[in-house]
Amino acid sequence: MLRIVSSVSRPSSTGILGKVANTGRRSLASSSARNADITLTVDGKEVTVPQGSALIQACEAAGATIPRFCYHDRLAIAGNCRMCLVEVERSPKPVASCAMPAMPGAKVFTNSPLVHEAREGVMEFLLANHPLDCPICDQGGECDLQDQSMRYGSDRSRFHEITGKRAVENKDLGPLVKTSMTRCIQCTRCVRFANEVAGVEELGTTGRGNDMQIGTYVEKTMDSELSGNIVDLCPVGALTSKPYAYNARPWELKSTESVDPLDAVGSNIRIDSRGVQVMRIQPKTNDDVNEEWISDKTRYAYDGLKFQRLTTPLVKQGDRFVAATWEDALTAIADGLAASGASSNEIQAIAGHLADTESLVALKDLANRLNSDNLILDQTNGHLPPVHGVDVRSNYLFNATIPSVEEADAILLVGTNPRHEAAVLNSRIRKSWLHTPLEIGFIGERADTTYGYEFLGADANALETFVSGKVADSAFLRKWKAAKKPLVIVGSAISEHPDAAGVYNALSKLVEQEKSRLVTPEWNGFSVLQRVASRAAAYDIGFTPSRAASQTKPKFIYLLNADEVDPKSIPSDAFVVYQGHHGDLGAQLADVCLPGSAYTEKGTTWVNTEGRAQLGRAAVSPPGASREDWKIIRALSEVVGAPLPYSDALELRDRMWEISPSLVRYDVTEKTSSGIALAGINAIRERTAGAKIGGAAFKKPITNFYQTDPISRASVTMAQCTRAFTKGENYGFSESSQTEQAAFA
Amino acid sequence: MLSRLPKCLATTSRAAQRRFISTTPQRKSDALFVHRDTTYNNPKVPFEFSPENSKRAQEIIARYPAQYKKAAVIPLLDLGQRQNKGWTSISVMNYVANLLEMPPMRVYEVATFYTMFNREPIGKNFVQVCTTTPCMLRGSTEILNTVCQQLGGIKPGETTKDGKFTVIEVECQGACSNAPMLVVGDDFYEDLTPETTKKVIDAFARGEKPKPGPQSGRHTSENSAGFTALTSKPYGPGEFCSPEFQ
Repeated sequence: MLRIVSSVSRPSSTGILGKVANTGRRSLASSSARNADITLTVDGKEVTVPQGSALIQACEAAGATIPRFCYHDRLAIAGNCRMCLVEVERSPKPVASCAMPAMPGAKVFTNSPLVHEAREGVMEFLLANHPLDCPICDQGGECDLQDQSMRYGSDRSRFHEITGKRAVENKDLGPLVKTSMTRCIQCTRCVRFANEVAGVEELGTTGRGNDMQIGTYVEKTMDSELSGNIVDLCPVGALTSKPYAYNARPWELKSTESVDPLDAVGSNIRIDSRGVQVMRIQPKTNDDVNEEWISDKTRYAYDGLKFQRLTTPLVKQGDRFVAATWEDALTAIADGLAASGASSNEIQAIAGHLADTESLVALKDLANRLNSDNLILDQTNGHLPPVHGVDVRSNYLFNATIPSVEEADAILLVGTNPRHEAAVLNSRIRKSWLHTPLEIGFIGERADTTYGYEFLGADANALETFVSGKVADSAFLRKWKAAKKPLVIVGSAISEHPDAAGVYNALSKLVEQEKSRLVTPEWNGFSVLQRVASRAAAYDIGFTPSRAASQTKPKFIYLLNADEVDPKSIPSDAFVVYQGHHGDLGAQLADVCLPGSAYTEKGTTWVNTEGRAQLGRAAVSPPGASREDWKIIRALSEVVGAPLPYSDALELRDRMWEISPSLVRYDVTEKTSSGIALAGINAIRERTAGAKIGGAAFKKPITNFYQTDPISRASVTMAQCTRAFTKGENYGFSESSQTEQAAFA
Repeated sequence: MLSRLPKCLATTSRAAQRRFISTTPQRKSDALFVHRDTTYNNPKVPFEFSPENSKRAQEIIARYPAQYKKAAVIPLLDLGQRQNKGWTSISVMNYVANLLEMPPMRVYEVATFYTMFNREPIGKNFVQVCTTTPCMLRGSTEILNTVCQQLGGIKPGETTKDGKFTVIEVECQGACSNAPMLVVGDDFYEDLTPETTKKVIDAFARGEKPKPGPQSGRHTSENSAGFTALTSKPYGPGEFCSPEFQ
C-alpha cells in the first residue's frame, strides 16, 4: 500500500495544556481509497500493483532492486536524494521512481545504460560533500552510502574543488543519538520520522542550498521515546548510536532474534552480541507488533545487563550476603521454609515485571504443590484478586490487537498514557490521528501524548459521567456516537487504583450499552493495555490469589523478579527468597538470592498485551553461576520435596499447552469470540455491582519512562536519559551558548 | 560571493602559520543556520505585535482557509521583522509560531530558508547592493566599494559603528534593466554611478530620503538615448473613425 502523506501538518499535539482548537478534518480525502490494480512492465517483466503505488514499489514487486536513500516505505515521500532514478519509456529524462506514481502500461527500465549513468552521477554529487572517513565512521559496514557507492558509484573522483568539502557543525540531540552532521546527505528521513511517527516536531532543516542542515535550530535535545529509530533510519553515519559508539563493527556481531520484555508490547528485536556481551539491540520488523520501531528503553537499556548483576547464589548471614553454592542456597531455602513454619497459603509467591512465562508456570505449580494459592503480582493491590478476573481472557487483554488500532475511528483512553506505557503502540495512534479523522477522548492524568485529545476528566467520576451520557456535546462525543469501530483503551494502572471496581463497573456498563459496536464478531473494542511484560502471561496461567489466600499473612515469600514490591508489605519475620538477575530492591529484602538470567540469556515465552505469545531467544550465556529461571524453580522443587513433573523445556511447554494452548501458539493472537467476551464483561459487572467510587484522580503509573525495571535502573544510558529528558537538566550542552556569537559570521 | 573573498584570504594567511593538513582555504557560509542565545537575541526577550499590527495579522490570517492558517507564516514574519527594527529575532519566530499554532521548528525552517529574513540586528538603513551578473557587468563592484568606503570602510555584512547602516550584497532584485542598483529598506536606487551612489548614501546619512528610482534622470527603464519606437503621438479614441463613431 502506498503511504503518501498529503500533509503532516496538524497543529502539534496539545501537550499538557489541553485540546487542539482545530477539530476539522486532517486530510482532503473523505474516504479511504480502494484502488484498482494496474499492470505495467518493469525490465520486460509484467507486474500488477494497486493503483497509486509508487513506481519504486512496482519495481520492487518485479524483483528489481532500486537504490535509494530518502525513500522509506513507512515515511512520507520526499524525493530529494534522486538515487532511485529509473528510465521510463517515452519520458525525456530519468524519473525518480519513489515520487512517480506507477502508470498502467508504462515500460520501465531499471538496468539500462541511462539509469546506470544517472545513478553514477547522483552518487558523484552525493560524495562531493561527503567525507571519506569510512574507517573511523561508526556506520561502516552497514552504511547505505558505502554499499551503494561500491555498487553504483564510479571508482574515481572528479572532485577538485579548491574550497574543500562542506562542513557542518554537530548537533547535540541528547544522550542517545550521536551526530556527525558533515556526513549528512540530507535525505530528511530523520526529520520525517520525528514529525510523523515520533510526534516531536523539533527536528527540521534550516538554511538552504549548500548550507542546508538538519537540526533543531535552537539548542534542544530530541525529547522523544522513539528517538533511537532515527539512528536506524539514517542511511549514512550522520546519526549513530551514542552508547554504542566505537564499540563494535557489524561483521563482528552475532544476531539473535528475540522479544523485548521491557514493556508489554512485545516488540520484536534483534540482539547483536559479541562473545558474552550484548553489544546493541535493534528492531526486527514485525508489522503486527512494532512495525519497524522500538522504544529507546528497549534499544538502549541493554547496558543495564552488565551492571548490578547477581552472579552467584547469596545467603544472608547476619547483615551480610555471603556467596554460596547452589546446593547450599537451595538447602538454605528448604531449611528456611521449614523453620518459618509456613504452610499452605502462608507460602507466598510474588511475580515481578520481568518474570517469563515458563518460570511463572513453574512457580505456580510449585506453590500449588505446597498447597498454596497465595500467588500475587508485584503491583499496588497485587495481593487482591484482580477486579477483572482471569476467567475470560478478553477481560485483561488488548483485544483490538495492535495493528487494528489504526482502524479505530474513536478512541477513549482511560487512565493510561500510551506514550510511556507502550511507546510503539502510541506511534500507531498518532499515525491514525494524522491520517484519518480519528478523535480521541482522554480520562486520566493529563499527558503529552503526541496527538491531540479531548480531556474528559481525571477520575472515575468522569468516566461514570461519560458512560451515563451526561456530558456536554463535543467533537469527540459526536464521533464516538457515530463510530463504527470505537476503541476503549484501559490502562493497567486502573486495576491498581482504589476505584478499580467502580471503574470496571462503569466500563462494563459502557460495553453493555455499546455492545453492538464495541464487541462484535469482527471487532472487540474493549482493550486493556498492560504495561508489564509478565502480566498477560500471569493472568493467562491464573497467577492470582484466591480470596482466602489474599487475607493470609505470609511466612515464606518467594520473589520472582519482583523489584517494585513495597518493603512494608513484607512481614519482618517472613523468610524471603529473591530470584532474579539484578541486585535491585527485591534482592535487598531477601534472605536468599538466587541468580536468574535476564531476557537476553534465556529462551522463554513472552505474552504481550494482546495475548500474543512470542518466543524470546538466548543471545548470550548467563553470567557466573546464574541459571535459567524455570530450572532454578525446578531444582528448588526437588529440594523442598515437591518435585515438578518436567525436566526440560519441551516438557514444560507441554505443561503450558495443558494450561492454555495459546501460551505456546507462537506469534499469533487468539480472538475471544464476542459471546464469551460479553459474558466476561457481564461477569465483571455482576462482581463489581454497587462498587463505590472514591473519586481519587487517576495517576500516571510511569513517571519516568526511562527507568521502570531493574535492567533500565541499572543502565547508565537510561540514567543519562532520565537526567536529560525526565528531569530536563541541560544535558551536555556545549558551553558555546555562554559566549556571544553573531549569526552573521 | 565577493563578501567571502576577504575572509578566504584572511583564513589562508592564518592557515599558513597554523599548518593545517588541508592546503585549501575554508569556505564559510554567510550566516549561521543555528541559533545561539545572545544577550540581544534569546527566547526571553519579549516580543508581541503592536495593536495595529495585531489587527493586520488577523487580517492576514483571515486571507487563508482556517485549517491552513500556517500559510500566513511568511507575511507574519515580515510584519514581525518590520516591527522589530528590521530583523527577525528568535522571539519573533516563537511569537509567530504561537500565533499560528504551528511547531516553532516549522517557523525556523522558513525564517532560515528565506534570505530576506535577517536573523541578526541591522542598522537603521539596510543597504543591499546587487552584485549578480547584469549589475556586475554594469559596474556593481565599484558601487559596492563606493558604498563601503562612504560608510567608513566597513565590509559587506557589517554594520557601521553608529548603527545607521548595514551593507550586504544581494542576488538579483529584478531591476536588471536599470543596473547597477541597490536597495535601501524597501526602495530601489537604480542606474547608479559612484557619484550618485555617494549622493544617495550621504542623503541617508543626513537622515533624508532621496527619491527612489533611476538616479540617471531616466523616468523608468526607457532607452537612455531617447525613444526609437512609438515616437509619434498615439491616436486617441475616435481618431480615424467614421464620423458616427467620432
